[in-house]
Amino acid sequence: MATAADRVPVAKTYKIYIDGKFPRTESGRYFALEDDDGATIANICRGSRKDFRNAVVAARNAFGGWSGTSAYLRGQILYRIAEMLEGRQEQFVAELVQQGLSKRKARNETEAAIDRLIYFAGWSDKYQQVFSSVNPVSSSHFNFSVLESTGVVSIIAPDESGLLGLVSNVAPAIVGGNTVVVLASEKLPLCAISFAEVLHSSDVPGGVVNILTGYRAELTGQFSSHMDVNAVIYCDADAEIAASIQQQAADNIKRVIARVDVDWNKTSAQHPYLIRDTQEVKTTWHPIGS
Amino acid sequence: MHNSPNSLAFNDGWQYAPAPESTDHISLEKQFDLFIGGKFVAPEEGRYFETINPATEEQIASVGLATQTDVDRAVKAARKAFAGPWSKMKAAERGKYIYRIARMLQERSREFAVIESLDGGKPIRESRDIDIPLAAAHFFYYAGWADKLEYAFPGRNVAALGVAGQIIPWNFPLLMAAWKIAPALACGNTVVLKPAESTPLTALKLAEIVQEAGLPPGVVNIVTGAGETGAAIVNHADVDKVAFTGSTEVGRIIQRALAGTSKKYTLELGGKAANIIFADAAIDQAVEGIVNGIFFNQGHVCCAGSRLFVQESAVDEVVRKLKDRMETLIIGDPLDKNTDIGAINSAGQLETIESYLSLGREEGAEMYQSSCAVPERGYWCRPTIFTGVSQSNRIVQEEIFGPVLAIQTFRTLEEGLSKANNTPYGLSGGVWTDKGAKIFKMTQKLRAGVVWANTFNKFDPTSPFGGYKESGVGREGGLHGLDAYLKLEAR
Repeated sequence: MATAADRVPVAKTYKIYIDGKFPRTESGRYFALEDDDGATIANICRGSRKDFRNAVVAARNAFGGWSGTSAYLRGQILYRIAEMLEGRQEQFVAELVQQGLSKRKARNETEAAIDRLIYFAGWSDKYQQVFSSVNPVSSSHFNFSVLESTGVVSIIAPDESGLLGLVSNVAPAIVGGNTVVVLASEKLPLCAISFAEVLHSSDVPGGVVNILTGYRAELTGQFSSHMDVNAVIYCDADAEIAASIQQQAADNIKRVIARVDVDWNKTSAQHPYLIRDTQEVKTTWHPIGS
Repeated sequence: MHNSPNSLAFNDGWQYAPAPESTDHISLEKQFDLFIGGKFVAPEEGRYFETINPATEEQIASVGLATQTDVDRAVKAARKAFAGPWSKMKAAERGKYIYRIARMLQERSREFAVIESLDGGKPIRESRDIDIPLAAAHFFYYAGWADKLEYAFPGRNVAALGVAGQIIPWNFPLLMAAWKIAPALACGNTVVLKPAESTPLTALKLAEIVQEAGLPPGVVNIVTGAGETGAAIVNHADVDKVAFTGSTEVGRIIQRALAGTSKKYTLELGGKAANIIFADAAIDQAVEGIVNGIFFNQGHVCCAGSRLFVQESAVDEVVRKLKDRMETLIIGDPLDKNTDIGAINSAGQLETIESYLSLGREEGAEMYQSSCAVPERGYWCRPTIFTGVSQSNRIVQEEIFGPVLAIQTFRTLEEGLSKANNTPYGLSGGVWTDKGAKIFKMTQKLRAGVVWANTFNKFDPTSPFGGYKESGVGREGGLHGLDAYLKLEAR
């Protein structure tokens, strides 16, 4: 029994993040996240198909506005996410340690996640210049090709890298104007929800990033088959699951992006081709004349 | 024929004498074998199928039917060429072979144009002025890339993929072969290409050029056949890359078939492009654009402007002028230089188009066709427009792939835009207005890979082409088209 002087710590309820709000899963289900000794760290929402559908609706509604914001603003918002994460480093380090990382690894991962956000923030108004072109057609037309965001992207985030893996996949998609629905690591889900709180305080409009927790076996099919999702990114599926993702993606000709066996800690895991993966090339023609 | 007091009279005052392109300079064998390993070889099972002239329904030649065994031979030849001479060759030398193909195509362009029109039914004016010159230009453009690939993708090393399996449609037979083969070779791959079963001839004539140009045997292989031959290519274990142009339905099947493999793929699929006319557009030019958008190549164009959206205040004028202009279109002998609209490519396609014409009327739309005469034999469809259609009509939602236009109206820019984007497709679109700011608003917001403003249906080897959404994955043409045939690796 605690004495009057002792304070009872307030445990956090980990909820999912849809449309800029933190609901519990509509299914009412949960799974217990345990530490190495089998003690419960937290009850995690076991997200459902319906949660995913709601998240896609939110992402689709947010897409028009977000893809239409200026590159400069998207860069500043990503930078703002990094600022907010920097200020809450201790919480993320603690969560990673709770989930079994050493203090040093936890600190490295958190710092790398912040730096990765800065990296992609800086690309916001540059990747277009690197990847677009003016095309010297032989007829009398002005012709140019630019990148435009693909649309709603579903991301099955890396299972082994709860924070950095998530950030490394979300940042390039949203800096390019896409909106995303993310399935957080099943093994290491804590940071994903805390990261949603960071997003929530970073001027990221509701619906741009939606984060679910839950069972991969249950939700992977939804992430790859939904008809209003334009691209699916997966990070560590075995061959059989990868094949089923690819197969279901064909229902609406989704772009399928595989990022397996990537060491997200390395700086070689950050490059603008990750942005380009969820971009479409649009070519515009106009006559030159009077 | 007069449609209104303001209409223009053309056909009753202007009679065109026949002006057929001569065919006496064309040599076409009666029978074509498969082109495998640098030689024309008989198909393993010895079966052949006919290719006919859709304007006369007469047989032109018989063509080898490639089975799985033949495809396997072709892939082996391609693999051998890839592992051997083609990979060892200096990139600049590889480029010179591709330049040769471009030059030889230019030299023989009239012959190719005539064969293209005979085999596919497209007007000679189009095959002569568009298909063949563009095909040659495509080879010329990509030839130059061969030794410059390291400049195309900043920060990446590039490598060829290996053997590319390529399946092309019947609407632009030689041009699609060029779109597929030129970048593949420039990037150092070897290819197995299957032309469409109704239009195999120019690809086989291209094989002759490949042979004459002295390319190492097996770098280019051409196998003819229908869907089964295509499936054998897609499913072949030693193919590294699949490039397909055709319907979204087949594209889906291919994407599923490739699931679980490491094959890279590009898909150029269907479309249902919006062509949007604002009241402030130069209306006469816009009408030309509408005609070019939907009646070019009998409407057998994946990026055809098959959905017309006209701002309400201009709709009467646009439809009146469109009907007048349709009345001047000459339908008939594809080899006649005066012909605007040639033959529908096949009996099957004509049946599909006609079923949509009945469907449109059943759905309650009003159909109008021009009154021009059509020949007795062959497959023909008069230029057709539907008015009084709604967004949910199947003739508005589905790709017809014929000279059939569905016309709708809009009041505000936002309404036009949302109607235009209300489709699972996203290949192309058109906007007509004299206001620059409006052009950019529209071209930015249209969810489509190619947008023509105050023009339509323009193509160029330097200009990337390909779709958003269910219109496909990847781009062909330009620098962006190289990506489809390269592995990009960290430097």
